[in-house]
Amino acid sequence: MSEVKKIKKGLDIKLIGKAEKVLEKADRSETFAIKPTDFPGLTPKLKVKVDTEVKAGSALFFDKYHPEVNFTSPVSGKIVAVNRGERRKILEVIIQADNELQYEEFKKANPTNLSRDEVKEELLKAGLWAFLRQRPYDVIANPADTPKAIHISAFDSAPLAADFDYLVEGEAKAFQMGLDALAKLTDGNVHLNIDAKKTQSKIFTEAKNVVINKFAGVHPAGNVGVQIHKLDPINKGDVVWVIRPQEILFIGRLFQKGIYDVSCKIALTGSEVKNPAYYNTILGASVRNMLKAQLKDDDKIRVISGNVLTGTQISEDGFLGFYDSQITVIPEGDEYEFLGWALPGLKKFSMSKTFFSWLTPNREYRLDANLHGEHRAFVMTGEYDKVLPMDVLPLQLIKSIMVEDIDQMEQLGIYEVAPEDLALCEFVCTSKINVQDLVRQGIDLMIKEMS
Amino acid sequence: MKALRKFLDKKKPLFQKGGKLAKLQSSFEAFEAFLYVPNITSHGGTHIKDAIDLKRTMSVVVLALIPALMFGIYNTGYQHFLSLGQLANTEFLDICIYGLIEILPIIVVSYVVGLGIEFAVAQMRGHQVNEGFLVSGMLIPLIMPVGAPLWMVAVSTAFAVIIGKEVFGGTGMNIWNPALIARAFFFFAYPSKMSGDVVWIADKADSFSGATPLAHAASLVDATKPAADIIYNTHLSNTWDMFVGLIPGSIGETSTIAILIGAVILIASGIGSWKIMASVFVGGYTMGAIFNLVGGNAYMELIPAWQHLIMGGFAFGAVFMATDPVSAAQTARGKIIYGFLIGFLAVLIRVMNAGFPEAMMLAILLMNTFAPLIDHYVIQGNIKKRLKRVKVNA
Repeated sequence: MSEVKKIKKGLDIKLIGKAEKVLEKADRSETFAIKPTDFPGLTPKLKVKVDTEVKAGSALFFDKYHPEVNFTSPVSGKIVAVNRGERRKILEVIIQADNELQYEEFKKANPTNLSRDEVKEELLKAGLWAFLRQRPYDVIANPADTPKAIHISAFDSAPLAADFDYLVEGEAKAFQMGLDALAKLTDGNVHLNIDAKKTQSKIFTEAKNVVINKFAGVHPAGNVGVQIHKLDPINKGDVVWVIRPQEILFIGRLFQKGIYDVSCKIALTGSEVKNPAYYNTILGASVRNMLKAQLKDDDKIRVISGNVLTGTQISEDGFLGFYDSQITVIPEGDEYEFLGWALPGLKKFSMSKTFFSWLTPNREYRLDANLHGEHRAFVMTGEYDKVLPMDVLPLQLIKSIMVEDIDQMEQLGIYEVAPEDLALCEFVCTSKINVQDLVRQGIDLMIKEMS
Repeated sequence: MKALRKFLDKKKPLFQKGGKLAKLQSSFEAFEAFLYVPNITSHGGTHIKDAIDLKRTMSVVVLALIPALMFGIYNTGYQHFLSLGQLANTEFLDICIYGLIEILPIIVVSYVVGLGIEFAVAQMRGHQVNEGFLVSGMLIPLIMPVGAPLWMVAVSTAFAVIIGKEVFGGTGMNIWNPALIARAFFFFAYPSKMSGDVVWIADKADSFSGATPLAHAASLVDATKPAADIIYNTHLSNTWDMFVGLIPGSIGETSTIAILIGAVILIASGIGSWKIMASVFVGGYTMGAIFNLVGGNAYMELIPAWQHLIMGGFAFGAVFMATDPVSAAQTARGKIIYGFLIGFLAVLIRVMNAGFPEAMMLAILLMNTFAPLIDHYVIQGNIKKRLKRVKVNA
């Protein structure tokens, strides 16, 4: 098989609270939400009002600029609220679920027998299109494009990430059907990128109709952006699509069963969870019932949909994010620490060896959301380079974004990065610069200027 | 500690907007942040952060400077009693106490003046007080001659902080290394106090020569004097003393051993750039070796290349000055070019221009100026590679 691509630059952050591979039961969630804020750059247009009855797969809203891209309800039930924020921006569309789910009916078909346009139409109609994201820019794919390739990362290297092998377990058929559908969408290859050591599942290793690439190394080895960079970096004008394995199951189920079935497994992780484990749920579910009996209650906590590097903070009765397979609970840490910068710091994690925790390299940490310092101007150099396994100059790219120099951003590789790829740069930053926010701002500016 | 926290929380409103002492907000916050790591948490972006911050970084650098400082204290006393001929009957402790009494005032002046200006400027601009001067404040005394009058130290420090740093916007924005600006100002404003053979030893006996090895080496250029005598009669023949640091010179720069301990701390903790340090030494050695090969005068022929690396401020500059991340080159490849040129130029100036025997300072300041240019070409290299990729594919 193909050679293993090794990722050396990066950082594995070992945290307490890795989910055990058992399926725990929690009471079914009563409410579900789709959050337009999960889709960067989207301007949603509502199709429903409060009290509208919907089925699983009924459209809730669509993209103003691409009206064919629908966002559909994960369950059947009644719209109970549309929460808005500043300037009436839609934050959440909340659905009260029925006890017995009703599904919209879509066409059952073997995707290998369909044409590209038919596959596209099915995905758009069912609201599955939103799972396809494009690089550059890390936004929802434009249905009018034909991508150079489609990339799938079959593993997640982020802290406490869910094990994708486990997430797809027992659904070989749906997964393969999903891959077959994807293969229709590109003239190039569908790349399935696996972890050379950890990926065991035959669903991945024996997948058909794809090119399998092997990766090994530290986080962000599992980031699809890094993998694309190593395989075939994105140039100006290229469009590549990406999607995650669990989302391929949804596509497979659509063609297999003719319904929009977004039930999935997620990992409940983090140091503040009593028994970190996996749960069966449905996309967009309220996490309240899941967390109810599981929180340690000695400290103020922070609930994150996603991982600690790229996730979104949600409330204890918040909702699972659209692209997330993981809920992480960590301490909030909004406390003062006496002379914290001067102490030996045996329990503090740092990439540098300025804290004596480097004496215990295998330790698992209980890290909180404290910044451990104040925002400063750039002082240190070379830090970002240590955790970005790309031929991109991260510090210079960030600076070009700060001064909004479009040409320089383009020249320094803005097309090749997504905010998540530079998450570790933000983590290690001595000056506590909000790197991911900046990358997103840069991308937004590019989209605005290039359209 | 809870009582202290409560006290701070109680007094805080006084210093915030609308409070009586709102004008002192920056100072209050600086002290508060010194005592307590603030309770700020992340919002958006990564939820967890590396435990390191600028305070930690700067304190590690200060820690790395401690061996050089300790040795400087001892050496000040050592040189003083040596010049008086009383070394044999002076206790180790007395030597250290003498050195401490000489050096402590210089350190205090440097910190008081520098931090005073930093606080005042932060106050004026309504900024937070940055940590940059914690290191500069220690570097400045270490590159001063022990005989430097305190008021001159104060003026140099003030010049360095205001012109070298604050006019550019403060920590992180400056073009040149502030501590070197202080020394350059001192050197050009009060040359008699930074050269010759009097200032390097505190209260030396008149009959004793207090010239530094660098000055002796520079005198080799003069062909009328017998070179072998100069070398034989001075520290130039005792390279072990030069390596250990028992020679006259600026307070912290004499001991290569102490500086190397600092280098180990900086490199092991991941704060100092080993790329810069190593390439400075390689650059200096290369130029020295070229002189050895080509020859021309006694300085070029008789001082072995490696000896340049332990003379004068070369090692100190390589480890602590050239590595300042703000004024150095910022790209990985740029750092190597930048470091190499510093070492190369330092030895070149040192040997070719008798007027500037201590050329390290000038070489670093010059390369500080050119660091952005070096980076520019490294960045262009990255851009070209990207463009080439497009052409290959097209």
